Amino acid sequence: MEKKKSWLGRNWLLLVTGVVIGIAALVLGKLGNPGNMGFCIACFLRDIAGSLGLHSASAVQYFRPEIVGIVIGSMIMALATREFKGKGGSSPVIRFGLGAFVMIGALMFLGCPLRMVIRIGGGDLNAIVGLVGFIVGILVGVLFLKKGFSLRRAYPQSKAEGAAFPLAMLVLFVLCATGICGLFRASVDGPGSKYAPVIASLIAGLVVGALAQRSRLCMAGGLRDAVLFRDFGLIAAFGAIIITVLLGNVILGSFKGFSFADQPVAHTDGLWNFLGMALVGWCSILLGGCPLRQLVLAGEGNSDSAITVLGMIAGAAFCHNFGLASSAKGPTENGKIAVLVGFGVALAVSLIFTFVRKKEKADG
Amino acid sequence: MVDARGYSCPVPVIMVQKAAKNNNELTVMVDNRCAVDNVTRFAENNGFSVTVTPEGDDFRLELKKD
Repeated sequence: MEKKKSWLGRNWLLLVTGVVIGIAALVLGKLGNPGNMGFCIACFLRDIAGSLGLHSASAVQYFRPEIVGIVIGSMIMALATREFKGKGGSSPVIRFGLGAFVMIGALMFLGCPLRMVIRIGGGDLNAIVGLVGFIVGILVGVLFLKKGFSLRRAYPQSKAEGAAFPLAMLVLFVLCATGICGLFRASVDGPGSKYAPVIASLIAGLVVGALAQRSRLCMAGGLRDAVLFRDFGLIAAFGAIIITVLLGNVILGSFKGFSFADQPVAHTDGLWNFLGMALVGWCSILLGGCPLRQLVLAGEGNSDSAITVLGMIAGAAFCHNFGLASSAKGPTENGKIAVLVGFGVALAVSLIFTFVRKKEKADG
Repeated sequence: MVDARGYSCPVPVIMVQKAAKNNNELTVMVDNRCAVDNVTRFAENNGFSVTVTPEGDDFRLELKKD
């Protein structure tokens, strides 16, 4: 029998990925990305939605190369390791909707799980409140997983279907970055106008995408696997990102201690920071992964994840068209309603795909 | 026999977790590397030895408790 590998032997790649993401976030922040937003999947998808004219919030429009890099980096790695496979068909419309609500929750809090961790490492205590919400959301999701929740199986699809989303992102990016097509919008002020050089952003995305594909890093999976299987690899990577960003900020001299007030692109409404991330956590568990993981899976040819990402982009457009997204001033009334609707949808999906499914199985 | 083809993680692992409760030997079919890794990791942590055989686009995992 093959000797069982040590814990470190099995999880070193996850830890390396966590450290690299932390460094990438710091470097991109130094090179021009918005404060505590070196790497945020939700913010970057929102900026892409703006760049494509899907919403008209002029402060958040930019075709973020990091996103393209992650998808293509994952695709290249998956092709190299022969893991690239077209597959899909596991409740796509529901995934689209859950993707949209992940975004609505994230923009209530102002950040995806990745930015939450980066904000914690930057000394933003509001993000700790978000983390508590995220944990509660994940635990609720895990409860349904334990009872048998699943969005049902996926089926093999053509390689062309699997490649459609990554290649579309690549083509849009090339059109935008080369300036061939002048239709893309770009902010002149606000977070969308702050960005690292295109090539640095793209390379950081490629490296993170490739590493995350190999290591299967997921921000929501850490706590889930710890609770379900007593497996602590993913959660260690989660910790590695926080420690890297915290140490990096201290070394760079940008760490000013922990506080609630005056944090970059953040608000101090604790209840809604909590609820926003709880919605993100719950929906991420139902979807099988956090926003970063969805990008990586989309790069591997998973069209269910591609649909989820499209749902997140649509969700970002809703957020800014209907005034759902929070700002530094705090949440909006419309945003609060949308988050509550999101909880209703998450609960309905959880119940239907846990209990109705069981009944169908028993009948069938 | 657990047929977890088409399911993405963590569902295959949960299916195996349930089936492993009252079985010392178990065959698991999955269709992606990630599930192979996760099921193997779970099984080894719970005292099973695992052999993986590729079968076309799928993988067959034989779990055995010594």
